[in-house]
Amino acid sequence: MIRRADRRRSPLFAMLGIGCAFVGAFTGYAANAQTVAITGGTVALGDGSAPIPNGTVVIQNGRVRAAGAGVAVPAGAERIDATGKWVSPGIVAGFSRLGLVEVDAVDETNDVAARTSPFSAALDVVPALNPRVSAIAISRNRGVTRAVVSPGIGAAIFAGQGAVIDMGDDMNAVTRPRAFQFVELGEAGARRAGGSRAASHLYIRTALKAAQSFQRDPGGYDADSRDAVLPRTDAEALVPVVTGRQPLVIHAERGADILQALALKTEFPQLKLVLVGATEGWTVARQIAAAGVPVIASALVDLPAAFETLSATQSNIGRMKAAGVQVSIGMINDNDTRQARQSAQYAGNLVALTKVPGATGLQWGEALAAITSGPAEAMGLGDEIGSLRPGRRGDVVIWSGDPLELSSAPERVWIDGVAQPLETRQTRLRDRYATPTETALPKAYDRSPSTTR
Amino acid sequence: MTKQGLLAGGAMLLALAGCASTAGAEESASSAGSRPATTREDRIANRDPYPSTYRAYPSVATVVTNVTIFDGEGGRIDGGQILMADGKIVAVGQTVEQPAGATVIDGTGKWVTPGIIDVHSHLGDYPSPGVDALSDGNEATDPATPEVWAEHSVWPQDPGFTRALANGGVTTLQILPGSANLTGGRSVTVKNVPGRTMQQMKFPGAPYGLKMACGENPKRVYGERNRAPSTRMGNIAVNRQMWMRAQEYDRRWDAWEENGRGNAPNREADMDTLREVLDGRIQIHNHCYRADEMAIVIDMAKEFGYTVSTFHHAVESYKIADLLRENEICSAMWSDWWGFKMESYDAINENIPLVHNAGACAIVHSDDPDGIQRLNQEAAKALADGRRMGIQIADEVAWTWLAINPARAIGVDEWTGSLKAGKMADVVLWNGNPLSVYTRPEKVWIDGALMFDANDPARRPVTDFELGQPGEGDVK
Repeated sequence: MIRRADRRRSPLFAMLGIGCAFVGAFTGYAANAQTVAITGGTVALGDGSAPIPNGTVVIQNGRVRAAGAGVAVPAGAERIDATGKWVSPGIVAGFSRLGLVEVDAVDETNDVAARTSPFSAALDVVPALNPRVSAIAISRNRGVTRAVVSPGIGAAIFAGQGAVIDMGDDMNAVTRPRAFQFVELGEAGARRAGGSRAASHLYIRTALKAAQSFQRDPGGYDADSRDAVLPRTDAEALVPVVTGRQPLVIHAERGADILQALALKTEFPQLKLVLVGATEGWTVARQIAAAGVPVIASALVDLPAAFETLSATQSNIGRMKAAGVQVSIGMINDNDTRQARQSAQYAGNLVALTKVPGATGLQWGEALAAITSGPAEAMGLGDEIGSLRPGRRGDVVIWSGDPLELSSAPERVWIDGVAQPLETRQTRLRDRYATPTETALPKAYDRSPSTTR
Repeated sequence: MTKQGLLAGGAMLLALAGCASTAGAEESASSAGSRPATTREDRIANRDPYPSTYRAYPSVATVVTNVTIFDGEGGRIDGGQILMADGKIVAVGQTVEQPAGATVIDGTGKWVTPGIIDVHSHLGDYPSPGVDALSDGNEATDPATPEVWAEHSVWPQDPGFTRALANGGVTTLQILPGSANLTGGRSVTVKNVPGRTMQQMKFPGAPYGLKMACGENPKRVYGERNRAPSTRMGNIAVNRQMWMRAQEYDRRWDAWEENGRGNAPNREADMDTLREVLDGRIQIHNHCYRADEMAIVIDMAKEFGYTVSTFHHAVESYKIADLLRENEICSAMWSDWWGFKMESYDAINENIPLVHNAGACAIVHSDDPDGIQRLNQEAAKALADGRRMGIQIADEVAWTWLAINPARAIGVDEWTGSLKAGKMADVVLWNGNPLSVYTRPEKVWIDGALMFDANDPARRPVTDFELGQPGEGDVK
């Protein structure tokens, strides 16, 4: 590899939610009002509880009606036998850039960051989302049904507003638009703010004060003042942040940076903070827990890849959890445009740590929650997505086995109660080249449909 | 480092280089086997000027009993036993002789495999922390730099080596230059044992490889500078010109060596490496994603008479698996990387099993300091995807992707890469099925020496870089 160029990593995002969440869901409901009852499988609710053998999941009107043991199958429901299989809520990609990129290194297809835009906080990923990017279908194929989607920073430390989306095979992807504001406060933020963390912190405080000023007197906001750091549009966009209506997702890795991020609440008490990355979170876990700030952490970072991650360990999430932090798994800067499907593997690895002396991992139910209800709750969407508790969106996956195990794969996926196709560009290529040699005609004439899924 | 420190360090290196001919019992941090290049022969023929000073660490005779064994060549023994002694595999079987005094480990519920071999790593050349000052993997000043050797960039204090050992069960790795250049330089193969010097890690007797690269990287890096190559056809043109020069150099030296008359031709560091390739002593490790480009490289190798060992990254090998089998070229692959660049767009999860199924040589590689910690998991994912499309490969056969196949690709299969009697005791005891996400290495032996033990914090290496830092000695 050429180090920087082959690197599949890109900047991160963040998100949080407010307001009306149903933008994308209703078209599916009408088409799929059918009631489905999945019986006989091992049911994992995604709420942190242990899996339930021989459970039933009922999806009705696009939502989970009931799930667990002893659930009655409604009359007229389509019965699906999941004996020997596992049933779980769809995976929620805790931090991603899904939907914003087709090919990372092909700039024309990459809408993550606006490097030369005059705007920052006001940027909204929604117009850039393309439900037809390959990464959406490929994520769906591996049981990802929702994703927190964040922009990456451009010229300023505020990247703009992220969304929560679904992976459905339709053009209505947005679950919650403008779900959060994303800001970089670590090494990346310092560089962007002028070269130091002092600069990034002065900038964020000044910007939040500008938002307060805008809120008090929009007409009096003078973006042309020599002291103004934000255009009107950006100042206005930060009003929901500074008033606590829109979460502020902060990327910070270093222990000291995390504490500085938490300290923003002293000056701006209404902020609803969410931390992302947080590789050194375990070193300040007590303070994070005390602040009640959710963390969407990177699961398997264990190298001092930067000086801000010197104390990296895979036990980070387990230790934060043990300290009472509300922690889940995200993949900031870790192939976050494409590989959210690896979330289950990451969660499984945290379970593996429970067998390693001296390490701190997660119990199986906690690990599944870290990639389902955990990120949903961090975004304020725990009542809508991320578990099989009654009333949640009908995002359900039937797996061939344990969802966190490497040998398992989804066999059926529903989003908002709508059965989803699992075919992708990759499965089509697989089927074309199941044997590499040509037959009567060149490979270009072989468009045989997938034989498996 | 202060100027004074730099000077002191330099003086120490010189002093060590001076204690040259004391090879033997005493370990030296420097090149115990290197000799002053004073003779005529040395000037023209020293093929090992930075020789390995690796020495196996002390070991005790060890038997693991009642364990599931994947031998790395496709064999499997359930409820078996393995005996290691004097740094070597002594016996593997249903039962083995247990010498008096041997350490006996109950392997119930556990697995034993050969240590994992990563054919594609940049550890040491692109170490952690990833700061510019330590970024030493691409001599991106010319598209053809066969004169650079990856070993001269390896920083032995890269914490990545320790993670690859403890979390990955990696015992041998080939470190390659990056792919900015069409010809990036020589690789080095190391044993994953911490050393004060690169030479202390260097795998004794391992041949060099030469890194080459197809496709996007060279044409982008140099095209952006408005110099050749800026296209794929430019890539091949620059390569061919290089090989033509190398053939001429090779002919000149062959003639001189044959008739021995007159002065030796001038030595050129770049051409020296290429001559080794043309003479078959160095094989090519070719970064190449696309099937059509691999096919062109295959013909180019035939045109000039060299051997490609392995196509690395090889995301489209599944499209030409028959061609790769016929030409006996390995493919080093990820299980599921895709879409990060145009030439990785057609990656599929079934690439590895499809290549294997076609009878070609399949290898799981990392190219990544995180991925190298989970190569067993990469194999497991690929295996499962293969089975879902109907390709039935046994677990123990899939382990060849991590063991004997990369060993052969690097040229170290004579010594390691499988659990055969007489080979180096490079062995991992896993705390469960190593193709499960819930499994981790419990013990790792290299040449029979216990270099990692999950139950013993004293058997957990901590690099100089991490000493005295937050998290020192932590589980990682």
